[in-house]
Formats: sequence, C-alpha cells, structure tokens
Amino acid sequence: MRSAVTPMRNSAYYPCLVAVCIFTFPLLLAAAVFTSDASPVRHAPSAEEPLPRMPLLHRYTAPADRYDELLAANGKPRAHWEKVIKHLEWMGPRALQESREAVQRQIAANGVTYNVYADPRGADRPWDLDLLPQVLPAEEWDEIAVAIRQRATLLNAVLRDLYGPQKLIAEGQLPASIIQGHPGFLRACHGIEAPGGVHLHLYAADIARAPDGHWWVVSDRTQAPSGAGYALENRALIGSQFPELLRKLRVQPLNTFFQTLRDSLAQWAPRDDEAPLIVLLTPGMLNETYFEHAYLARHMGIPLVEGQDLTVRNGAVFLKTLAGLRRVHAILRRVDDSWCDPMELRSESALGVPGLVDVARKGGVLIANALGSGLIESGALLGYLPAVCEHVLGEELAMPSVATWWCGEEPALEEVAERINSLVIKNAYGFAAEGPVFGGDLDAAAREALIRRIHEQPRNFVGQEMVRMSRVPVWGPQNASLEARLTGLRVYAAATPNGYIVMPGGLSRVAGLQDARVITIQRGGGSKDTWVLAGAQEELPLTPPRVVDYPTIVTEHDHGSLASRTGDSMFWLARYVERADCALRLLRCGLRQQLSADDAEWPALLVAGLRCGVITTHDAAFAEVSAKPLTPQATLLVSLKDGKFPGGPINNLRNVVRLARTLRDRLAPDSWRIYNRLDRLTTSWMRGAHTLSDALEFLDQSLLALITLSGYSMEHMTRDAGWRFQSIGRRVERMQFLAIALEALLVPDKGPPALASLIDLSDAVLTYRRRYQRAPEGGPVAELILTDRDNPRAFLYQLESLADHVGLLPGQLPADTCTPLRLLAEQLLTRKPEDWINSSVQTAALRTLLQESWQAGNQLANFLQNRYFSHLDARTTIS
Amino acid sequence: MIYRIEHLTQYAYGSPVGLSFQIAHLHPRDDEEQTCLSHSLTVDPSPEHIDEGQDYFGNKLARFELISPHAKLAITATSEVDVRREPNTPAESEKWEDVRQYFAETRWGQDADSAAAEFLFPSPLVPHTPSLREYASTSFVPDAQIAEAALDLMTRIHEDFEFDSTATHVTTSIETVLEIRRGVCQDFAHLMIGCLRALGLPARYVSGYLLTQPPPGQPRLVGADASHAWVALYIPSHGWLALDPTNNIVPGDKHVMLAWGRDFSDVSPLRGVILGGGEHEVEVGVTVTPIASQEQDEVDVSD
Repeated sequence: MRSAVTPMRNSAYYPCLVAVCIFTFPLLLAAAVFTSDASPVRHAPSAEEPLPRMPLLHRYTAPADRYDELLAANGKPRAHWEKVIKHLEWMGPRALQESREAVQRQIAANGVTYNVYADPRGADRPWDLDLLPQVLPAEEWDEIAVAIRQRATLLNAVLRDLYGPQKLIAEGQLPASIIQGHPGFLRACHGIEAPGGVHLHLYAADIARAPDGHWWVVSDRTQAPSGAGYALENRALIGSQFPELLRKLRVQPLNTFFQTLRDSLAQWAPRDDEAPLIVLLTPGMLNETYFEHAYLARHMGIPLVEGQDLTVRNGAVFLKTLAGLRRVHAILRRVDDSWCDPMELRSESALGVPGLVDVARKGGVLIANALGSGLIESGALLGYLPAVCEHVLGEELAMPSVATWWCGEEPALEEVAERINSLVIKNAYGFAAEGPVFGGDLDAAAREALIRRIHEQPRNFVGQEMVRMSRVPVWGPQNASLEARLTGLRVYAAATPNGYIVMPGGLSRVAGLQDARVITIQRGGGSKDTWVLAGAQEELPLTPPRVVDYPTIVTEHDHGSLASRTGDSMFWLARYVERADCALRLLRCGLRQQLSADDAEWPALLVAGLRCGVITTHDAAFAEVSAKPLTPQATLLVSLKDGKFPGGPINNLRNVVRLARTLRDRLAPDSWRIYNRLDRLTTSWMRGAHTLSDALEFLDQSLLALITLSGYSMEHMTRDAGWRFQSIGRRVERMQFLAIALEALLVPDKGPPALASLIDLSDAVLTYRRRYQRAPEGGPVAELILTDRDNPRAFLYQLESLADHVGLLPGQLPADTCTPLRLLAEQLLTRKPEDWINSSVQTAALRTLLQESWQAGNQLANFLQNRYFSHLDARTTIS
Repeated sequence: MIYRIEHLTQYAYGSPVGLSFQIAHLHPRDDEEQTCLSHSLTVDPSPEHIDEGQDYFGNKLARFELISPHAKLAITATSEVDVRREPNTPAESEKWEDVRQYFAETRWGQDADSAAAEFLFPSPLVPHTPSLREYASTSFVPDAQIAEAALDLMTRIHEDFEFDSTATHVTTSIETVLEIRRGVCQDFAHLMIGCLRALGLPARYVSGYLLTQPPPGQPRLVGADASHAWVALYIPSHGWLALDPTNNIVPGDKHVMLAWGRDFSDVSPLRGVILGGGEHEVEVGVTVTPIASQEQDEVDVSD
C-alpha cells in the first residue's frame, strides 16, 4: 500500500491509488497531495527523461577542498545520486518535510533513543536521523568490503598472537611496550584460546573519505562495536519513506547480517547435548546504546541479559530463570572488556559475571568478542599495520589508516612535536577520558604545555593527521532544503566459518554543525541510512546462503521462562506497593482521628506504626533544635514527609516507581501511567506545603492510585509466573502488616484494644457497619479481620491465599514448602474468633501465633529469593 | 635456611554465603635463590575441586569455588621453602639516567630486559604522579649511580614514613600515603615503586613473608608473623635488586618470596567474590618457623 505515494511509471493508475490511500494512510496521503506546486497528481520521473531543474540543489554547491558525496567536481550530481535527486525533486520540499516528520514520529513511537550522559535531557534522548540516505555505488562498495574483510582477518590474527605466543613481538613486528603499557591488555586473559581461533566476531571500522575520493580508516572498534543495530533501525525508518526508490535502486538489504553472526556463534559455541543458548549481555538500561541492545536481542531472537542474570557454576555459565538454571553457550557482549568479571578483571565491576574469565579459560563458553579484544583499538598500532599485514597475510593492506604517529618511538615523537599544528593528538590507548586535541587550536603556551606532556609520557600519545572528511547533503528542516554536513561511515564485519562477511551498508554519521570537525553521537552528531547499490549483474540474496549446517539455537520464546531478575523485580514491586498502601492507610487513620480530636486509640496505633516501621518519632529537621517529644499530629506529618527512613510511605512509593522503571518493557502502557501518576503525586507532595489538608489529599490520591494498580493486576494481567510472584509479594506484605496491626490493636499486651483503628486500617468500616450494626466490639472485629476466609483484607485470607499461590509456583518444590502456612491457618480455626480474645491466656496464644506468622512470611520470602531469584538453593543448582 | 610457613586466613560472615569464588596466591615461587620444597592448600568447607595454575607473571595460583551455603571459610597454606638469598648490592652500577634512556627506547625482543619493561608502566594501584617524581628526585640526583640512589630512596622512605597499621587500608592511594607519611609495608612498597617508575625505571612488587624475632626470652608466637611486601628494581648490568623500604634493608635469607607482579592487585594472597555474607570479619595468622637452622635473627620489624 505504501507504493501509493511513491513514484509510479504509469500515471493512469495513480489517481485511483490516491483514493485508496485516503482510507488507509491519511498521513502519507498528505505527503502525496500537498507536495506539488501545481497538481496533486504527478507522475514520477523516469530514467529516460532529462533531469529536471533542481531548485533543491540551487543552494548546495560542491566545495573546492573536500570530496562531496553528492556533487561531482563539475557541480552535477554523481551518477549514483541522479535517481535519488530526481525522486526528491519530484517529491518537493513539503512532502520531504512531511516525510521527515513521519520519521520523527516513528522514532518517538518506537522509542529509538540514545542516552547521553552529559545531556541535561538525560536518558532517552531521541535518536537523531536524517531523512536522506548516504548512497554508495556497487564498485566503490566492493573495494570497501574487500578492505574491511582483510582488516578484520588481520586484526583477528594480531589479537590471537598477542593473547598467545606473541610472535609478532619476538619477530620485531610490534614493540613490546605497545601492549605492556596498554591498560586494555588483560593479563588474566593471556593464554586463553578463543574457540575456532576467533577473537573478533563483530568488528567495526570508522572510515572517512579524503578529498581525492579514497577511503581511509580512522579507527578500529574491536571489543563491543556499537551502532549496527541503529543502522538496521535507520533502514527500517528511512526505507519506509522511500520503498519504491529502494527497490528501483536495488539497495542491498541488511537483514541477514546478524542472523549469520548468530548462526556462526552457535557454530563455534561449546557443544553439549542441548541446543546452544546465546545471550546478549548488556550493562543495563543506563548505557548510552541500551536501545540498540534491546533491539538487537529482539532482532536476533536471543535473551537480553545483565551480569546479575548469569551465574558461574562448575566451569559453565548459566542463565537464572524462574524455571531454574539454563546453560549459556555463547555470550554476545556489550559490556566492555575489563568490566566483565570482578573476580579476575576490575574488582569493582558490578556489571560482570564473577568467574567468567575462568570459564572462558576452560572453554566452557564462547564470548564474543573475546575478552581483551579492546587492546587493538589502540591508535598506537596503526602505524605498524602495513608491515604486519605483509608479514601475517602476505598481502598489501588494502585500505590505509589515516597517518598516525605513536610517540612511543623517538622519531615519531619528534615528528609529532614538529607538526603538531596540523595534527590531532589522541590518547594512544583509546581511552576517552581526554578527547582529541587539535594542535592547530592551541596558542603557543598551550602547545608548549602539550608537547611537554607528550615528552613526559610519550607512549600515551599518538598524533594523527586530520582527515578532510567528505560532505554529504542532509535535509535541513529549518530551511526545507539540502544542507552540507561532514560525514564518516562505520562499517561492520562478522566472522563466519567461511571468513568475514561485511554488512552491505553501515552507520553513516554526520557532524552536528556545518563546520564541526569531530563526529560523535555523544556530542550531538546525527546519523543516516546508508544505501549500498547492487552491481549490475548481482542478484540480491533474500536469504543468506547456508554455508554450514548450523545447530538450531534456543530463543527466548522457546524456553518461555521469565528471567529471574524480572521475577525478582515483580515480586519486590508488589511488596513495595503493598508496603506503601499499608503505610499510607495507617497514617491516614491516625490523621483522621487527630482531626476529629479523638486521641483514645493513638497509643495503640503508635505502637503498631512503630513496630512496622511506618512511623518515626524522630524529626530529622528539628532534632537539634528541640528535644521535646513530637505531638501525635507532628509525628504523623513527619512520618509522611520524611523520605529517608526506610519503612516510611515516601521511601516505599519511590521504590515502587524505581522498580516500575526497571520493568518498563513488561508493564502495559495503562499501568505505566498509574506509576507515573504516583511519581508525580509523591514529587509534588514532597515539594509542596505540608498542611494537614494537603496531607489528607495526598493520602487519598496516592491510595487511590495504589488501589487502581491492584485492580489492574486482578483484571488485566495474565496469570503467568510473574503475576504469581506479584501476588505472593502482595500477600506476604499484607499478612505481615496485619500480624503486627492485630497484635497491637486487637490484643495489645497493655492498654485497651483499638478496634476502630483496626477496622479503618482493614478498609472494613462499611462492611462492619452493615454486618454488625453496632459500635466496634472485640468478637465481631476478630471475626471480620482475623478469621474471615472471604475478606481479602482478613488475616486468614492472606495465609490461605499465600499457601495456594506457593503451591502453584513453577518447578518442583519440596513438599513441605507451604506446611507452616497451612498449619498456622488451621490453628487459627481451632477456636471461634471471639474465643481468641476472651482471656489473657488466649490473647497471649494469639500473639504468639501472629508472631510466628510474621516469621513464616520472612522465611517464605527468603526461600523464594534463594530458590527462584538468586539460585542459592544447592538442590536446584545443577540438574 | 629452610622455613616452614603456615598462612591461615579465616572469614566469619554475618549471614551465610551462597556462592564464593576465590583465587589464592599462596604458593611460594621458585627462583635462583629460593626453592619451594613442599606446599599444601586446604580449604574448609572443602570446595568441589581446587584448580592450580600459573598467572601471567609465572606465579603459582589456585582457584576454587564454593557453591553450598557457608557461614565460615578457612584457608590454610603450608609451605616449606629453602631460601639461599644473599643481600647483595652491586658495588658499582650505571648512572640512573642511562637506565632511564635505555628503557625509553622501544624494545622489540622477548629477552630479560624487555620482560623487565613490563614494570615501567602505571598499574592499577600505582599511577604515575609528579609528586612521586619530585620525592624521588632528592635521591636520584643527576649522574647518581642507580643502585646507590635506590638505596638512598629506601632509607629516606624508612626515615620519613611511620609504620602505622591504622592509618591506611587496602584502598588508600599512594598520594594519600605520601601526604600523611604513614602506612604499612604494602603502602611503602607501592610508594617506592611509584617513585622509581615515575623516573622511568622498571620496578615490581614482591609479596612474601619475613621472619620475625620474638622478644628476648619469649617463645615464637604462632600466627604473630604477617604477610610482607617489598620492591625489586631492575638494573640491566645487575638484574633485579630487591629493596625493603619498610625495614630499610636489602632482603636476604629472612625474606621468603611468594609472588611478584606490578602491584598488590596482581598478587593479593586471596582475592574473592562472594554472594551474600553481610558484614564479615577476617583473621589472618602467619607463622614462619626456621626448621634447618637456629641462628639468631637480626631483623626485628615486620609488616
């Protein structure tokens, strides 16, 4: 249907397609109808027609000192751009503007983000994608692909040698200090043999085009190259704007690249009798390219995991799932080298998996890229590569690196000091702590200082010639015209048993400003889809040729079990929701009594509040000013506004919001809105005035939101394991709260019971009135709140419901898991409700029962934690 | 001299540990001047298996994991080591600037000098700082002989810094140590290594033990000894020169070497990651007993 708004050869069919379009794609129709100056119905240009006038290009001119991707030296579009320009011309500025907006909307809807640490907009910055593609003809691409394939092969061989026999050093091809001084040389990984001899599974090169039209390598990305997922998403977004053009130009598809990578990983992963399980290891949602991790995991059909989802046992890596531990055979990682294992690498890392290095050492898991691969991203290596290439592969390096001098060698140091004005000075070991410095930007004093620093630690620096990068047109939304930006291209290669394959496309990046010299997306650059045109004879492969009989891999869908971390978060989310609910109810109950000047039950209520940690009598703000005990009203308000003490409602509400965020991809949009509302309520309460009526308003509103959440979970959630854990979390908390409340309010060890409070806390005011039609009395209250099986806020209901839920948990549980709960429930029913409160012997017995129940709740929670989330129960570890 | 060394480490955890990974660097390594005659490592509760191996620097290590919950962990390493080390210092040595220049040139081979070059660079616990070079330059005056200057540096550290086991902990930086002028053997070793590397000279960290002398008339106390650490500087004409800045001596046969690396983080006697455990307490006891000789010891300070 999308073809309706794209150029059609036969204009006779066009009006009718527009008509169809009205009902299906109104958005795109607008693009078609309002683009033209004269008539909404225009036919597309064909190759035979002469190129029309180009108002689009009238402000876009070829620079004298740079290569322009679009215009040749004569100012005319290059051959491979002609059809693109014709098409853009035909669409006209308004349609292009509409298209751009459609792309922007799609980016927002798909949640394509790039987190910029330094950005005040913080996490989740929308992805910056230009409407126009970068276009590369087949012949030119073939040269790039050959060179990238060669370079990946070479760098893999270098890595294999440096982490193995180090012949390149012994034979004088590379200086020893290039690795000895490199913080990225992981000594713990020296001697580990990579499966199949492949260290570099996914490789990326940043390349740029010089004024003479040749491509140069600016840098290598070898440990966990990013951006390929964005390249796929760029194609989906831009391709949908120009589907016909894509087909007409025979743009090579990208979709098989990652399938081939995945199948190759499966091929090299250690074998056992299971189908190999491959996971994508992410540092987590705060990482700048988290969107891409999630996108690639979905694209490849493999689970996205964090370090804490994995565990090492007996020389193998396992994924923790609610159904037990699953052996992981291969890890595609986006965690940097030294953060992967706190045991043998950086000990402060919380992102890694303890013991991972040793599993790799024993060949128990494939890690892609192999640990330590970051070593050869070093700019210090670039100068040696031509000779090393001759030495290792016996061929000439196909694509040169941008001239780079490593100051660790005396002559290079002198050269850099002499030519510093025309060089970029970078850290030799590729660490971004200091950005590149442009020698030419410095005044005499700063230049002297830099040269001095280089002389002090020459091995830490490289000097690199500046690339006069090529220019490419972008769609400038302000002027609705083409503007020129500097561009560079990141290209990707993947290892397969038949050698490296190169993704036919890549991530084109453009500088943020017209004259910017540094392209980094961290600093506000943008990106482009990259179109590689197929050669004249070339058949476009629709499916990758299956070169090897790959083993079938396990996908997340197949094993269908929730990751333990997700179950853990859902369990705790429900617990915090319930804790917040109980805390708010208790404070509301107290405040209402204070408002009606009814102090009678305050002492008992205070005891209950203190015992379950909901009330604090310590006013942190005034502690030093006044030593006087707080009034009841002040106590309640302090408890409601103190965000610091752990049991308080504010802290619980914040935990609710925090956990909901981590579960965002699992929460339906409607429930997500409720969490947002809770967040806003809490924030504005904490900022605003703290009067009594504000407090009651906040209590009512937030309780309402919490009730909506309970309703949501009852009515809208599938009864899967996640729901089960949520229900258990909720019941455990409510049971424990009730145990404390009943003890303090129904059978206090001193003072009279506080029955009205208990009825209020249990949300049973109406029921009590209707059922008993009299003032609160011990017997009826005990019946309604202690032993009523049907009241979802009664104590017995919690015990029985918990036991039922636990019985339905996945996996084989020990037969006695719910026994304590069942026994407590039975014991509660051995007496009539009113008999529990008749004598001091009975009330003491009830107090014991309540305390035991509270304990049983803790034991159950610990058991679940160990059994399902941490997998610390020895019985469940290895099957 | 032959020593028997018992190194006992005990952890008591506040709550049970469910999963524990450990790497031990407790097996004394051999060189021309010492030979490890026997070694045993016992772990309680006992792990499924103990993997023995070698690290990048050729030190012997043992890895083990515990996957059953435990509230205590005890690791005992028992070794017998024959130490023949003479505290030899070269009477004549090259100018330190020549050594610096020699190592400033790029090395291409895999010979001893190139291997020593490994220890020129900053390491996790020993960064290069200008303040270290400044401190060192009082000893390393122009044209000084390298061995003589290094001995002077060692003496100055011994005099300027006070041994104080409460002033620093494992994560205290050497800049702080330089500032507060207090610390333990590990701090002084790191400080001296930092000084030497800041001058462009290769220096490594040596972990080990030192035989201590009980007060007159009292028996040697079991567990009263401790792990020790010192420094070795590479001099191309001489080889590695060991220096103990904590005691201001050139190590001889009272020093038993365990392992060497760039700094403590390469050779820490026990390194582990545990899951669970809560607050924990650790107790370390080292007993060094001479078993082949009853000579009197001259050394009286350790750690």
